[in-house]
Amino acid sequence: MSDHSEILPRRQSMGGIADQLTGIPLHFPAERRWVIAMAFASALLLLLMVSVTELFTRGVGIWGINIPVNWAFAIHNYVWWLGIGHAGTLISALLLLTGSEWRNSLNRFAETMTLFAVVCAGIYPILHLGRPWYVYWMFPYPATMGVWPQFRSPLEWDIWAVMTYLTVSLAFWYIGLIPDLAAARDRATGRGWQIFFGITSLGWRGSAVHWLRWSQAYRMTAALAVPLVVSVHSEVSLLFAAGQIPGWHSTIFPPYFVLGAAFSGFAMVAIIAVVLRCWFGLGNLVTDDHLDVLGKVLLATGLMTGYGYVFEVFDALYSGEAHEMRTLLDRVAGVYAWIYWGAVLFNFVPLQALWWRGVRRSGWALLLISISVAIGMWLERDMILVTSLYRDFLVSSWSKFTPTFWDWSTYLGTIGLFLVPFLIAVRLIPMISIFETKELLHEEKEGA
Amino acid sequence: MAERAYGMLGEFESPEALLAAARYARAAGYRELDAFTPFPVEGLAQVLKIPRPWISLVGLIGTLAGAGTALLMQMFVSYDYPLNVGGRPIYALSAFAVVTFELTILCSALAMLIVMLWQNGLPRLNYPVFAAPRFHLASKDRFFLCVKSEDPMFDDREIAAFLTGLGAASVERVPS
Repeated sequence: MSDHSEILPRRQSMGGIADQLTGIPLHFPAERRWVIAMAFASALLLLLMVSVTELFTRGVGIWGINIPVNWAFAIHNYVWWLGIGHAGTLISALLLLTGSEWRNSLNRFAETMTLFAVVCAGIYPILHLGRPWYVYWMFPYPATMGVWPQFRSPLEWDIWAVMTYLTVSLAFWYIGLIPDLAAARDRATGRGWQIFFGITSLGWRGSAVHWLRWSQAYRMTAALAVPLVVSVHSEVSLLFAAGQIPGWHSTIFPPYFVLGAAFSGFAMVAIIAVVLRCWFGLGNLVTDDHLDVLGKVLLATGLMTGYGYVFEVFDALYSGEAHEMRTLLDRVAGVYAWIYWGAVLFNFVPLQALWWRGVRRSGWALLLISISVAIGMWLERDMILVTSLYRDFLVSSWSKFTPTFWDWSTYLGTIGLFLVPFLIAVRLIPMISIFETKELLHEEKEGA
Repeated sequence: MAERAYGMLGEFESPEALLAAARYARAAGYRELDAFTPFPVEGLAQVLKIPRPWISLVGLIGTLAGAGTALLMQMFVSYDYPLNVGGRPIYALSAFAVVTFELTILCSALAMLIVMLWQNGLPRLNYPVFAAPRFHLASKDRFFLCVKSEDPMFDDREIAAFLTGLGAASVERVPS
């Protein structure tokens, strides 16, 4: 923990860090690039709105889903987005508790990423309901019809898991943000910014007794967030594993899903880290050492996910069940074999380059590998859903799934739903934790 | 100087200087002390004799309340609207585990956040120390020690001399 290895260049001053990081919202350095990115993101968001309007008007029949593939893109993207969210919480919470110093430069945008990824995930089950305006039926409210929700159903667990995850992530994010909002308030010169940061920082003044209570609340919330991440994604996997469908009914699912989630999430953190670092010239805070650690984590979680792949095959073979083995055969050699092999290719082949230190420390290489992982994990979720469903127990109900334009447009649209608030957050709040970076710098100088 | 003071604010350049100053101030008999720092400074709470916070206790209470509420809610719902799905038990505790776990965490986290803010007296957008011209540096790279006016030994001039003697870069009187 405190071997005083240098992760931040020590020559920096605390005041310099505060000015640099609060300067990003206060004197936005990359106005034009931000406007272009925002225009792109807004176009995607508009596409989502059109897709959702079409969906609400005409129903889920506009998607390529059928019987038996009645879950496809909606749930597959739900799992993918939720998985991306998980790395944010893991970086923030788990590494806070274990005292990993390198988290400080990454945790803020990782948490921000989590928040919006969970929102993207959360809308999918609602859209998939068929009649989304009845989503409130999932809540236990005293209905005049005298009906209560079914708490023994995994779909009911879903709503509690996602709502809790979103709320706790938001609380954790905001607790960590308060001192930095106060720092931005104190640097702000424009009246509008003073009011904005003045109100959002709640009048934080950095009093010793405040810090004491704050630290306790922050660390305790972190301690709660770690099992929460594991439980939420295990719960998602139980949606599958609790069913009898071949290819789903497996005990490896909860850990396999959680690790896959961490894998795709860390890939997204790496993408955002490289982009923001290049965009705002944050090379002094998100250093090559940070990329190095991210690369190592990506490699480790990737290899663990690879173990899940191996175990899935083993599980099917060991079970000796005809349907399990047929699904396995379908995956590796069926009509959707390209999805399976695509997942293997994108997830694990470029990943091996991360064994080399030089590759891990190169922003471009890490960016490309991470994009490949994001695609690979997307294919993996598709593989789990479609290749299991399209041929179930009854030959008479076999049917293939082909995504329609609306499947794709809804998916691309959620990327807009993710990017628009994320870009707004980049514009409005310090994207790297100011006080934690200063704390680390102080510790490093002390240890020197 | 007719106005009542909130306290005297001394500015220090490093956490070590602040800790040393706080120690001297305690030794000199000052009891109503507060410090303002850009990040949590280790050991400051012990020097200032701040009592241990009980936020974690609140978290525990929230945990129990969340778990209890979740279990009772699910059992009541299953009792009030029993559904026989494949002959499975109505009170299926293992099936209730997920929602119970989620609500446990939700209630605990929210309880801690709310109690932390409430105990800290936040949100309170204005506070006397904000009036000090150099206080904005407390969120940047300066460390402030404040002797509050409630202190029985409070005396403007004496404290100013005392803080300057400890190496304070600036000493300001904060009006209340």
